[in-house]
Amino acid sequence: MSTGSIQARAEGWLGNNDVRLLIALALAIGGLYALFSVVLGFQLNGTVNTLRRVAFLSAIYAMLALALNLQWGYAGLFNLGAAGFMAIGVYTMGILTAPVTASPPGFGLPLPVAILGAILVTGLIGGLAALPAIRLRADYLAIVTVAFSEIVRLTLRAPEFANTRIAGVAFGTGGATGLSLPSNPIRILFYTDPAATAPAPNALGAAIFSAVEPLGIEETLVIGWAYVVVLCLCLGLLYWLMVRIGKSPFGRVLKSIREDQQVTQALGKDTRLFKIKTFALGCALMGLIAILWRLSGGYASPRMFKPIQTFYIFIALFIGGTGSPTGSIVGGALFASLLFEGPSFIRRVVAESLQLSNAPDTLVAAIVELGSGDVIPLLAYSVQDVSISALRLMLLGIVLVYLMQRHPDGLLGHRKAIASSVDLSQRETREDDYE
Amino acid sequence: MSKNVQSAQRDQTQNGQQEQILTVKNLRKTFGGITAVADVSFHVEKGSITGLIGPNGAGKSTTFDLITGVQRPDGGAVEFNDTEITGYRSDQVANQGLVRTFQIARELSEMTVLENLMLAPQNQVGEAIWRAVLPRARTQVVEQEKALRKQAWEMLELFEIEHVAHESAGNLSGGQRKLLEMARVLMTDPEMVLLDEPLAGVNPTLEEKLIDRLHTLKEQGYTFLFVEHDMDVIMNNCDTVIVMHQGSVLTEGQPDTVKNNDKVLDAYLGEEVTI
Repeated sequence: MSTGSIQARAEGWLGNNDVRLLIALALAIGGLYALFSVVLGFQLNGTVNTLRRVAFLSAIYAMLALALNLQWGYAGLFNLGAAGFMAIGVYTMGILTAPVTASPPGFGLPLPVAILGAILVTGLIGGLAALPAIRLRADYLAIVTVAFSEIVRLTLRAPEFANTRIAGVAFGTGGATGLSLPSNPIRILFYTDPAATAPAPNALGAAIFSAVEPLGIEETLVIGWAYVVVLCLCLGLLYWLMVRIGKSPFGRVLKSIREDQQVTQALGKDTRLFKIKTFALGCALMGLIAILWRLSGGYASPRMFKPIQTFYIFIALFIGGTGSPTGSIVGGALFASLLFEGPSFIRRVVAESLQLSNAPDTLVAAIVELGSGDVIPLLAYSVQDVSISALRLMLLGIVLVYLMQRHPDGLLGHRKAIASSVDLSQRETREDDYE
Repeated sequence: MSKNVQSAQRDQTQNGQQEQILTVKNLRKTFGGITAVADVSFHVEKGSITGLIGPNGAGKSTTFDLITGVQRPDGGAVEFNDTEITGYRSDQVANQGLVRTFQIARELSEMTVLENLMLAPQNQVGEAIWRAVLPRARTQVVEQEKALRKQAWEMLELFEIEHVAHESAGNLSGGQRKLLEMARVLMTDPEMVLLDEPLAGVNPTLEEKLIDRLHTLKEQGYTFLFVEHDMDVIMNNCDTVIVMHQGSVLTEGQPDTVKNNDKVLDAYLGEEVTI
């Protein structure tokens, strides 16, 4: 491919309104956080770290929303068990990579092999889980899958499987304590021996670390940002994949299954196979995305895969609007940056700017203070760590109610990308018709 | 006179050269205590327009459902092109070249008219997910999509609904939906089409147009079996008419014969009829 055609392609991408919208959104969110941090005089390292965290979660939730959109937005498969499939992905990877000598022991496989294995296992289990439910209506599939995801979580937490031996093979989930995962693979870019506790940087690592050190930016932050860049590449790839699927004859069948399964079947499409394939693929992707998520922390625990995790993804999807990949990314980014991370950021802003003293122990105590005209105790009370997660849930509820009332189709509205690999407005094949 | 004798007679009158495309033998279906289809046997000749009539509740739609695999029969057999298709799933039936429309037009309302048409063709290479994604295999998909697009536009021309090509199917008028549904089943490239009340709610001009198309398509070799309540339409356009009553075939024959059959008249007037 010549440089000219690459340039033409890049221009084509940038000329695409959806891509522009996504870039603008990323800049707006980043700008908002940066602005607040600068105005409030946060340290550079902290600010860059806040941005990293927001970008990280945005990319993860955007990808999860894309995977869920494949199932729910494209095919109308109501998968309320996303968290369960994420857990299967992460734990399969964890068990496959854990050294044979570790406690709990694993299979000691290299990470890429383990990730591939985890994708296959998650996809397979997704397909199997869909089998009995695939003939059912959407709401029954939802019940089956939410139950399934809880079975997965409770199984992973059960002490019986924490360190077990089946057919002579020793392995374990770690039970309630959780499971250690391999260290962040991106470290290999910066360190000669990434597995060591205090590794020596390689040439690239040394160069970058010394360049940012005067700015007060720590090594871990550089690694974190490098990982975010990788995630964004994955997000771009997944987006491209979803657009492709949406425009393909396969996607066209999914679209019609969502509308009327009986008609689709009467037109000669084996709808069961389409649904199972879609469900399996979506689940496999969720497993992979969860692996990308948890690899950054190096640790997995059943607590991470509660049903609320599934609802978070659904809310992200609803915000952007189901059915369109662009909507999934918008929803994922807005959810993660404003609804999920927003409250804790505001807590820090409030805490730092008002120099809050100790918060009262109870809400009543805080309200009593109001009587003397002092609002600070109430404010301090409501921005404690504990109250923030409660506030977050309240905020989510309010946003959900508002969306359902005012924008039932999501912020991007009802977007209908035409499901066809060719431009349908042209009747005859022309020379310039090739994509 | 038994049905078989009647059929044999008709075959003779048409030089005995007719080939049967669809044969239904002793089809039966009960829902709880209700017998929707008691014992239905008939056959449809290749290249014919056959009407299926009968009062409400005679079991016409259920018979359609049993033939096309929407419901499983409790007994009996369906043969299509000498293949026994009894108990096939509806997608398998459609893949044999036997497709149906529904009584209430079931357009895929969020999809455009063209998307509706592009969906229908069988054996689309791009329905395999990897071909949809991998670049090299995708050229094949794009080639096929172009051929289908051409076909879809031709179908729109045939039914004169080109002006709504990019409209969401849900925005079409009732009559246009019927046209779309017809165009859509034809896109599957069938041999035979079962039409469940294709003219219900269609205005006279459009009705004429639809019937006209039916005859054009018949000339091209398609076979039609259709349920309709308008007697004039049935009598003027069908080669053969099958009359159902209370889950059984009352009589079948050429329109003129059926029209003058007292039992048919009685059945429509709600009289007790012994079959």
